[in-house]
Amino acid sequence: MKEIKFYKIVVFINSLVPLALMSWDWYQGKLGANPVEFLTRTTGMLTLVFLLISLAVTPLRKITSVQWLIQLRRMLGLYAFFYGFLHLLTYIWFDRTFNIKSTIADIYARPFIAVGMFSFFLLVPLAITSTKGWIKRLGGKRWARLHKLVYVAAAGGVIHFWMLVKSDTRLPIRFAFVLALLLGSRIVIKQLKQKTPTRTLIPPA
Amino acid sequence: MLIKKPDDIKSSEITPKKVYLNRRTFMRGAALLASTAATGFLYREFNAPPQPRVEGAKLAEVVKPEAKDAAASGFTVNEELTPFEDITSYNNFYEFTTDKRDVAGVSRNFITRPWTVAVEGLVNKPKIYDLDDLLKIAPLEERIYRLRCVEGWSMVIPWVGFSLNKLLSDVEPTSRARFVQFETLLDPKRMPEQQGGSLDWPYVEGLRLDEAMHPLTILASGLYGEELPPQDGAPIRLVVPWKYGFKSIKSIVKIRLVRDQPDTTWNNYASNEYGFYSNVNPTVDHPRWSQARETRIGEYGKRDTLMFNGYTEQVGQLYTGMDLRVNF
Repeated sequence: MKEIKFYKIVVFINSLVPLALMSWDWYQGKLGANPVEFLTRTTGMLTLVFLLISLAVTPLRKITSVQWLIQLRRMLGLYAFFYGFLHLLTYIWFDRTFNIKSTIADIYARPFIAVGMFSFFLLVPLAITSTKGWIKRLGGKRWARLHKLVYVAAAGGVIHFWMLVKSDTRLPIRFAFVLALLLGSRIVIKQLKQKTPTRTLIPPA
Repeated sequence: MLIKKPDDIKSSEITPKKVYLNRRTFMRGAALLASTAATGFLYREFNAPPQPRVEGAKLAEVVKPEAKDAAASGFTVNEELTPFEDITSYNNFYEFTTDKRDVAGVSRNFITRPWTVAVEGLVNKPKIYDLDDLLKIAPLEERIYRLRCVEGWSMVIPWVGFSLNKLLSDVEPTSRARFVQFETLLDPKRMPEQQGGSLDWPYVEGLRLDEAMHPLTILASGLYGEELPPQDGAPIRLVVPWKYGFKSIKSIVKIRLVRDQPDTTWNNYASNEYGFYSNVNPTVDHPRWSQARETRIGEYGKRDTLMFNGYTEQVGQLYTGMDLRVNF
């Protein structure tokens, strides 16, 4: 087995650990006094965590020059989408009891729901076009441009979290800080690259 | 001429391919296991399992209300009690931590003796009560109340306490007194979140005098027949069952009778979200979420929230003529 395949298995299994422990606790009745709130909050938190980890891949690869990191990015992004889907599911299932009408009314009534929903739906086209086939179909440049939507989705996710806390904003601020760092590092890396061109033209003698 | 040099490594010392591959598989297995364990550990760090139950001291001589007048007076409610474990492991008490699941653990060693409560302001007989004297003002009664949190969840709790009006008549409010202000202990050493945190400390709350005098309004020192655990507001707290939970201030050290409507912590923090009255009202939404329904702890679905949390018959007349949309 190739190294990268092994790394992928490690990431795949590790990313399932939170889901496994959550399910186990649920089965054991150990999610605490308010299981629905716990599931909603934890899946939401995991969505943000996976978004940030997947956004960390590119800067990390450029700084460390460990090229194979890029091959883990799709899986991490899809896990963000997966936990985001579970997050949405707990809301539509327990909070709205699968009532579409009341869900739509709630989107109007609660702006933070609208922001969260919008951010999730931004991830849908990215999940669909995450395959090799779609990269080919769209062409690398167009594909990359489309996938810049993840910046908007991540920012939306952090704002969604920030909007719903009662008074303690420390955790959403931390998420916002890490996101700003990851997006900022892209700008810095780009600028450094422009300053040190890789090919220098040798003037004719 | 070909001279055959002896190999540097004897062929017997070369690891056979099969063994080498086995070793690699073993290392990979170990790495996978170790990383999985680390991730699991990290998850548990953020989502600690609930603390084991701490047995509280039993309160002696708790009077049960007479069944027939209890229901009509609102002193008891015929609904399933929320388990002790849930009442004591899911708390909003920002002086300790803003994580409801962690309050029990953080407040575990909160010492509540000695404890005094100063009753002052517009009263004829101001007094600093030692807690044990305060608890002798009136017989301790069991009061089974609904509790509705402004966040949208609710419980049914068997409190132990007595009507606040017993204490107020003991100090004799003057005719100028119109409001009552309450204050929580300020002690950042014992209440760690007071060293910073997101609210102004000490926590203050207030009631109109007629609300404070209503027999449903109690000072509680216990639940389920035991002394109040720290996370639920030990050693003494207010319980006003028809208002959102944050009005029922915990760990009280000061009660002051005043002329003008006093400051209250959440109202100071966001006056458009938390009104002075904060009566439970399914028709007036919090600006960021609906108050029409609630999650009863222990149930998966949602139930309708009741006007005045189901205490309209007892307290509705306190608010006749008032616009509850304005005075939310």
